[in-house]
Amino acid sequence: MKVKVISRSTDEFTRERSQDLQRVFRNFDPNLRTQEKAVEYVRALSAAKLDKIFARPFIGAMDGHIDAVSCMAKNPNHLKGIFSGSMDGDIRLWDLATRRTVCQFPGHQGAVRGLTVSTDGHVLVSCGTDSTVRLWNVPIPSLMASDDSSDNEAKPLAVYVWKNAFWAVDHQWDGELFATAGAQVDIWNHNRSQPVNSFEWGKDTTISVRFNPGEPNILATSASDRSITIYDLRLSSPARKIIMRTKTNSIAWNPMEPMNFTAANEDCNCYSYDARKLDEARCVHKDHVSAVMDIDYSPTGREFVTGSYDRTVRIFQYNGGHSREIYHTKRMQRVFCVKFSCDASYVISGSDDTNLRIWKAKASEQLGVLLPRERKKHEYLEAVKNRYKHLPEVKRIIRHRHLPKAIYKAASLRRIMTEAERKRTERRRAHSAPGSMPKEALRKRRIIKEVE
Amino acid sequence: MEVKAANMDRINLIPAAEQGVSEEEDMKVKKYLRGKATDLGALQDKKLKGQLAVREELYGKSAQAAAKAEKWLMPSEGGYLEVEGIEKTWRIRQEAIAGEVDVLSSRKQFDIVLPELGPYTLDLSLSGRYMVAAGRKGHLALLDMKNMDLIKEFQVRETVRDVVFLHNQKLFAAAQKKYVYMYSDNGTELHCLKEHGAAARLQFLNKHFLLTSINKLGQLHFQDITTGEMVGNFRTGLGRSDAMEVNPFNNVTAVGHSGGTVSMWKPTSAAPLVKMLCHQGPVTALAFHSNGHLMATAGMERKIKLWDLRKFEVLQTSPGHAKTMNFSQKGLLATATGSYVQILGDFSGSQEYSRYMGHSMAKGYQIQKVVFRPYEDVLAIGHSMGWSSILIPGSGEPNFDTWVANPFETRKQRNEKEVRSLLDKLPPETIMLDPTKIGSVKPTRKKEQPTKQEREAGKEAAVEGAKSISFKKKTKGRSKSSKVAKKKQEAVANAKKPFLEQQAKDAETSKKKRKRNEVENQLPKSLQRFARKVPTT
Repeated sequence: MKVKVISRSTDEFTRERSQDLQRVFRNFDPNLRTQEKAVEYVRALSAAKLDKIFARPFIGAMDGHIDAVSCMAKNPNHLKGIFSGSMDGDIRLWDLATRRTVCQFPGHQGAVRGLTVSTDGHVLVSCGTDSTVRLWNVPIPSLMASDDSSDNEAKPLAVYVWKNAFWAVDHQWDGELFATAGAQVDIWNHNRSQPVNSFEWGKDTTISVRFNPGEPNILATSASDRSITIYDLRLSSPARKIIMRTKTNSIAWNPMEPMNFTAANEDCNCYSYDARKLDEARCVHKDHVSAVMDIDYSPTGREFVTGSYDRTVRIFQYNGGHSREIYHTKRMQRVFCVKFSCDASYVISGSDDTNLRIWKAKASEQLGVLLPRERKKHEYLEAVKNRYKHLPEVKRIIRHRHLPKAIYKAASLRRIMTEAERKRTERRRAHSAPGSMPKEALRKRRIIKEVE
Repeated sequence: MEVKAANMDRINLIPAAEQGVSEEEDMKVKKYLRGKATDLGALQDKKLKGQLAVREELYGKSAQAAAKAEKWLMPSEGGYLEVEGIEKTWRIRQEAIAGEVDVLSSRKQFDIVLPELGPYTLDLSLSGRYMVAAGRKGHLALLDMKNMDLIKEFQVRETVRDVVFLHNQKLFAAAQKKYVYMYSDNGTELHCLKEHGAAARLQFLNKHFLLTSINKLGQLHFQDITTGEMVGNFRTGLGRSDAMEVNPFNNVTAVGHSGGTVSMWKPTSAAPLVKMLCHQGPVTALAFHSNGHLMATAGMERKIKLWDLRKFEVLQTSPGHAKTMNFSQKGLLATATGSYVQILGDFSGSQEYSRYMGHSMAKGYQIQKVVFRPYEDVLAIGHSMGWSSILIPGSGEPNFDTWVANPFETRKQRNEKEVRSLLDKLPPETIMLDPTKIGSVKPTRKKEQPTKQEREAGKEAAVEGAKSISFKKKTKGRSKSSKVAKKKQEAVANAKKPFLEQQAKDAETSKKKRKRNEVENQLPKSLQRFARKVPTT
C-alpha cells in the first residue's frame, strides 16, 4: 500500500522574518474561481463609473495674448514648449509646465496666420496677413529655464516681404524647405528672400498647407475653392486635386500611416482620405455641430484632435466615425487651433477668447509617476472595461457626456435635418425609375470631382 | 526532396513518451480554455471577424502559457492511495493510514468526544483552516484546525440546527430555536435575524454576501448581510425540507423537499428555476460537485442518485441511505448514514462513482454532517458524540491560491481581502443557471408566424368572448330580444374582423408571390434572375 496525503509545514508557506515579503502561491484553475464573468462584469461596471468620477480633463488656461489665438506650433525638439500666434501679430513661446510665457517675438503688423518650427527645432517660421515671412531663432531650453522674466523679446533672423498675404505655413519634415499658402503655394528656403518655387492651380486662395511626414517632398493644401490638392515638389506642376462640396479648413497627415490624411471640413465633419485613392473618403468623422477649424494627429497616429467653431474640442479615433471625447468650458469660445502634445498625453487648444488651454488626452488618466502595481491595476481595469463595453449598462456610462445646451440642441437639430434629408432622398428614389438614383455613400457623396 | 524526407523521419522519431506528454499538456490547456472557441465562419462582418480571430488566438496562447506555468506555479502533488495485488482500498483502515503518513498528517486524525450536547453539525471556512461546530443542544465552538486551537466556545442554551461561516472566520451565523443569530469570533451576538424564523438549514453565498435559510414552513430567505436588506423571501410550497445546498458553480440554491422534489432558486425570482422530481420519498441530502455539472441526491427510499445538471438526467443510481453528503474538491463523494461513512470516487473518468474508502465510527454514533476540508485530505465528521476527523488521501486540491483562499492568511491579508471582496460584491441578479451567459449577446430570433391552427384558435376564442358579452338592461324597447340579437351579431362580426382582414392580406401576398413565380417560371432558367421586380413602395 502506498499512501500520500497533503501535508504543509507552516515554515514552507509563510515568510521567515517579518521584513520579508509574504509568500504568494497561485493556482489558475477555473474551478477555484467560479462566476468569473460576473465578477469581471461588476469590475468593468465600477471601472466605468470610476472613469466618470475621475474625468477631469482641464488642466489650465494660459492667458497672455490680447487677441484671438490664430495658430500654434509645437517644437519637435522640446516637449514642454509651444508657440502661439495671435490676430494682433503677437507670437509667444509658452512653457507648458509652468504655464507662463517664456519669450515673445514681436514684429508682425497684422494677424499671424501661420507658425511652424523646423525639424531640428532651431528655427521658427511665422507668416501673416502683413505679407511677410519671418524667421526666428528658437531660444535654447536651458536658457529659458534660468531666465524668469517674461519680457524676453527676440529679434527675427530674417524678414522676407512678399506680394500677398499668407494664410498658412508648414515646414518640411526632413530638409530646409517650408511652404506658405496664400494666393498661391510658395516653397521657400531658409536663406533666400524669395520663394524657390511657386505652385498655382486655379485662382483661389490656398488656406492651409501640410507636408507629408513620410515623404518630405509631398504636401497637401486646401483652398477656398473647396479643393484639396496634393503637390509633389519634384514635379513642376501639382499632382492631384479633389473638389468637395464644402471648404476644407485644415489638413493633418497621419504620422504613422503617412499615406493617409484627414481633412477638417466646413460641413462639421472630418474626412480621412488615402492620398493614393482620392475618389472616396476612408472614413467620415461626424460629431461637431459647426465648422471644424483645425485638426492635429496624435504622434501615435491612432487618434486626432479637432477644434471647432462650435466652441468644443473633440478627440476621434483614426478610424472611428464618432468622437471618443468632447471638451468644453463655459469660457472657451470658438476654437481656431488645436495641437496634440509630442508625448500624446495632452491636447492644447487656442481659441477666440485669447487663451490657450491644456487638456489631458485621456480625461480620467492619472498624472504623475505610477507605481507598477497602480499601472497594472489601471491596465486590468482598462482591459475589463474594453471587454464588457458592449453591454448596455457599461456602454451607457462610458458613452455619456454632458453637453452644453446649445451644442446638445444643435446636435439634435442636425440629426433631425439629416434624417429628413435621408427620408426625402429615399422617397425620391422610390418614385423614380429604378436605377436612376443609385445609392451613394456619404464617403463619396461629398466629393464633387477628382482632377488629375 | 531529401530535406522533406528528413523532416518526415524526425516527425516519426518523436518518442512515444513525449507524445503522451503532449496529450497531457493538451488536457491541461483544455482546462484553461474555458469552453470552445467561437465559430467565426458564420460571421458576416469582416472587421469583427478579424478582431475576434486575434482575441481567440490570444486566449489560446494564454491557456497554453497557464498550462506551461503549472509546472512551476503548482509544485505540490495531490495525495493518493495505491494498493497492490488483491488489497482493496475500501478495506484499508484509518489506523493503517496513520502508520504510513508523516507525523504532521497523522495528527489530523482525531475524535473529540462530547457526549452531552450533540449531535454536532459543522462548517468549514473557505480556506479550510477554521471550523465551527454546533451541538444540537446549544454548544457553539470555533476552532483553528491548523494549530488545533479552540478559539472560542460558548453555550447559547437553546436548540441549534445549523451553523455557517460568513465571508471569513470572524463572523458566523447559527440557526437557533426561534431565530437566526450572527456571532463574531469572540462569541458576541451581533444580530438577531428575526425574519428568517426558525431556520432549518443555512447557507452563505460568499460572492454575493447573501445569507440563505430555509425554515420549518418551507420559506426561503435571502438576506444581504452587508446592507441587511432582505433580497428574497419565497414560499417554496413543496413541503418541508431538510436539505439545502448551494451549487458552487453558479451559486444557485438547491432545496430538497419532503415530496421528493429538488427545487433550485435564485434570489430574484419567486418561482424556482428548476423543479425536478428526484426521489419517491423525502430528499435527505444534497451535494454539488465544484464544476457544477454533477449533483448527488439521497432519498428516504434508499437510493442515492447522481445527476447530470447539464441535461437534468440521472447518471447513476445506487442503493443506500445517506443522512449527509459532500463532494470534495477533487470530486470524491462522501456519504454517511448511521455510524458509517462511505467515500465514492470516479476512477474511470466517465462519471461512474464506485467505492473508494469507508470508515465506521464507534457503534451507536449517529453521524449528522460530513464535510471535506478544502485544500486538505481530511474529512470532518460531526456526530452525536462530538466530532471526528479522518484522512481521505486524494480528496483535496494540493495547490491553493493566495488570492482565492489562503490557509496561512495573516490578519492584514484577511482585512485586505475583506475590502476587496466587498468591492467585488456581485449583485443578486448575477445568479443564474448558466453564469457564462453574462456578457454574451442575445441571439436574434426570427419572429415566428402563428400557425393556421393557432390563428383559428385565436379567432374562436375572440368569437366566444364576443358571444358571452351580457348587455345592460335598457328601457324604451332597446333591450328587445331582436335588438339584443343584432347587437350580439355585430359584436361577433367585430371580433372576427381583424382575423378576416389578416387572412385576406395573407391570401393577397401569397397570390402575388405565386404570380411572380409564374412569370419567372415562364422564362428559361438562365434568364430568371433578370425577371423584373416590382418596387415594393
